[in-house]
Amino acid sequence: MAAVSSMSKMYGLCFHAVRQTAGLKASRLLQRRGFRVTVVQLQQPFDSSLEKPQFPGASAEFVDQLEFIQPNVISGIPVYRVMDRQGNIINPSQDPQLSKETVLNFYQKMTLLNTMDRILYESQRQGRISFYMTNYGEEGTHIGSAAALDPNDLVFGQYREAGVLMYRGFPLDHFMAQCYANADDLGKGRQMPVHYGSKDLNFVTISSPLATQIPQAAGAAYAVKRENINRAVICYFGEGAASEGDAHAGFNFSATLECPLIFFCRNNGYAISTPTNEQYRGDGIAARGPGYGMLSIRVDGNDVFAVYNATKEARRRAVAENQPFLIEAMTYRIGHHSTSDDSSAYRSVDEVNYWDKQDHPISRLRHYMTARGWWSEDDERSWRKQSRKTVMEAFERAERRLKPNPELLFTDVYQEMTPSLNKQRESLWRHVQQYKEHYPLDLYEK
Amino acid sequence: MLCFTYTYLKAPASCGFIATASIRLLAIRSSLFTWLMNAEIKKQYPNAECTKTIKIFAFFMCEVLHFFNLIGSPKGPTQKMNLFQSITSALDNTLASDPTAVIFGEDVAFGGVFRCTVGLRDKYGKDRVFNTPLCEQGIVGFGIGVAVAGATAIAEIQFADYIFPAFDQIVNEAAKYRYRSGNLFDCGNLTIRAPWGCVGHGALYHSQSPEAFFAHCPGLKIVIPRGPIQAKGLLLSCIADKNPCIFFEPKILYRAAVEQVPEEPYTIPLSQAEILQEGSDVTLVSWGTQIHVLKEVASMAQEKLGVSCEVIDLQTILPWDIETVCKSVVKTGRLLISHEAPVTGGFAAEISSTVQEECFLNLEAPISRVCGYDTPFPHIFEPFYTPDKWKCFEAIKKMINY
Repeated sequence: MAAVSSMSKMYGLCFHAVRQTAGLKASRLLQRRGFRVTVVQLQQPFDSSLEKPQFPGASAEFVDQLEFIQPNVISGIPVYRVMDRQGNIINPSQDPQLSKETVLNFYQKMTLLNTMDRILYESQRQGRISFYMTNYGEEGTHIGSAAALDPNDLVFGQYREAGVLMYRGFPLDHFMAQCYANADDLGKGRQMPVHYGSKDLNFVTISSPLATQIPQAAGAAYAVKRENINRAVICYFGEGAASEGDAHAGFNFSATLECPLIFFCRNNGYAISTPTNEQYRGDGIAARGPGYGMLSIRVDGNDVFAVYNATKEARRRAVAENQPFLIEAMTYRIGHHSTSDDSSAYRSVDEVNYWDKQDHPISRLRHYMTARGWWSEDDERSWRKQSRKTVMEAFERAERRLKPNPELLFTDVYQEMTPSLNKQRESLWRHVQQYKEHYPLDLYEK
Repeated sequence: MLCFTYTYLKAPASCGFIATASIRLLAIRSSLFTWLMNAEIKKQYPNAECTKTIKIFAFFMCEVLHFFNLIGSPKGPTQKMNLFQSITSALDNTLASDPTAVIFGEDVAFGGVFRCTVGLRDKYGKDRVFNTPLCEQGIVGFGIGVAVAGATAIAEIQFADYIFPAFDQIVNEAAKYRYRSGNLFDCGNLTIRAPWGCVGHGALYHSQSPEAFFAHCPGLKIVIPRGPIQAKGLLLSCIADKNPCIFFEPKILYRAAVEQVPEEPYTIPLSQAEILQEGSDVTLVSWGTQIHVLKEVASMAQEKLGVSCEVIDLQTILPWDIETVCKSVVKTGRLLISHEAPVTGGFAAEISSTVQEECFLNLEAPISRVCGYDTPFPHIFEPFYTPDKWKCFEAIKKMINY
């Protein structure tokens, strides 16, 4: 008991809870896929002769010292990393030893995303698209996690995970079409920019309300579990969204209902202007996992290999053991929240520059590659030129394309068209025929 | 006594000689039973009127007989079931025919607080009928996810009064999933069930009828049955329907409503109102429990005022059957809409507004809404709050004499 309480003081609630949970979960590690009998059901028969609590609600010992458990945020859950800030591998056993092709692909996807972000941000500033959100600084979280998943795994995102789609092969034309809401948009022009979705790439369409995807991911994982195939679900969200009630619901459901699900929290320091010390008072998001009975880890989100390793292992075990995993990827949002935000209003330029210049996922990976002779200055120059060219070409194509037919305003509300909606559609057409000079019909497909 | 007379006289119109005789016997028996129950109540509470529950029960015993006559009534062997048993039957049929179907919510594993899921966990397994933590936003969010992944999700909210934490998931997510994704994704496989409406002693938080909140949300379907036969058919339609549906179950009818319900699965089409009784002078529209009140009002109006009422059960609140209601109002010229929910912003307002747009020149009198007052649902004042038959009867009188 004394040893445990002194350890509590050193590492705080989190460590204590993790230890306890690890003990409870030990039996789970031995089981293969299938529906586990939970520990709760293995309750011993009530026996008041033992000096042990008999409560159904918790498994613990009695203690006769009044002591509140001290949450410790000074030395909280440690951050797992593989590379240092200069791209050197710290512990060789942790190097995933990916092939040159794979690592080059990581790098090219991250930089292509970065290039697309720059061009589309500018296009919003020029009034060509209505809105945009960049991913600056978080490319590592996207590519590292996406690479660790199977293409078949279902992705629920928040809105700052475009790199996951890019890694999976979503064409630039489709990114642009959604942002321009033109006739090629898979979403039929109904949503604001960056609300991407792809059925083929198993990426559920983004919605604006935050954290709503978290309990949905738990439900999808449950259904996937019942199919008994090798498939996982991943759910991305930010540290701000993790404050929503839906996040609590999703965590609790996935743990009690034993879902093969990876929760991936991008803790980037800000929720628009709200810094983390106004978002939570505990030790981040990872510390909440044990409270739900969930295995949790904190990783360096700017280290692609750390993200890759953690996601890969979490996926393997989530599917094998039917339980959720929580990964908190620490990173920094270098860009503004969106084109409607100017972050100089609430943070210093020095702070942003530090992350941009000294701890960026793209430069760290580049150092790793150049150290192995896989990438040179020439490669960098020609790749930059080529990626910019492909993005600009897609951009110009998207600019020229017409918007979708306004008929699509009325479809997909239900699977079938209803008589009432049909009437409304007809009344719009009659109105537009009469007042056609006041409606921008030329911009839309006929 | 009213039920007995009504049934006794109506019976010959429906069936052959032997059936008529047995129906009359049944009518006598059911009325005796009602009288006996009434007597029991009067012994304990000498000053009390026959309780609403007993009256509805009695009414249903009579209703049993009329269902021989229903046009398009479902075929096959039937079993006497009350409302919760008919729900169980529908769920049983679904779990048997659809291997992806799962039922979840608070306390569904042991059978549910209203016994709607009794026996299903033992029969189909704990991975298919299971409890969730106590969290409505989680229940609906989880249900959406199950549906998006391609499985059939039947979520139970323990009381419609507690559906509000899930309002964001229902309105912002479920209803809009297909539209916002350009039909790449949808949660049509989701059905949400919740007990609904007044129960005699439910007060603010066990009596609500929240259909109007959701009626304002395109993309959802809202369905409310009036009895066991409708409940099973409509619930199976909701489950089969490829749009997210909310199915409200009148909790006061769970035990009180008893009918001969087919054991095999069958569907009743959504967005189709049912004309229960044809008439020429006034159209009466409602849904759920209130239909039974309106049917009593229709006979009162016939008897005391010589007024012939057309009674319509809307069944689906969204999308609602505008055509049937409007056709009826064109014929009768008068419309009364009744529901337990508060009158301001209640669904009667939508019906009233649409009907006056479509049938303005056919109206002989202003459209009447007999609904709950604009207060939370009270406990001890429930007998004064509810839109009972006397209020509806008075409204008809006013419309006739306009």
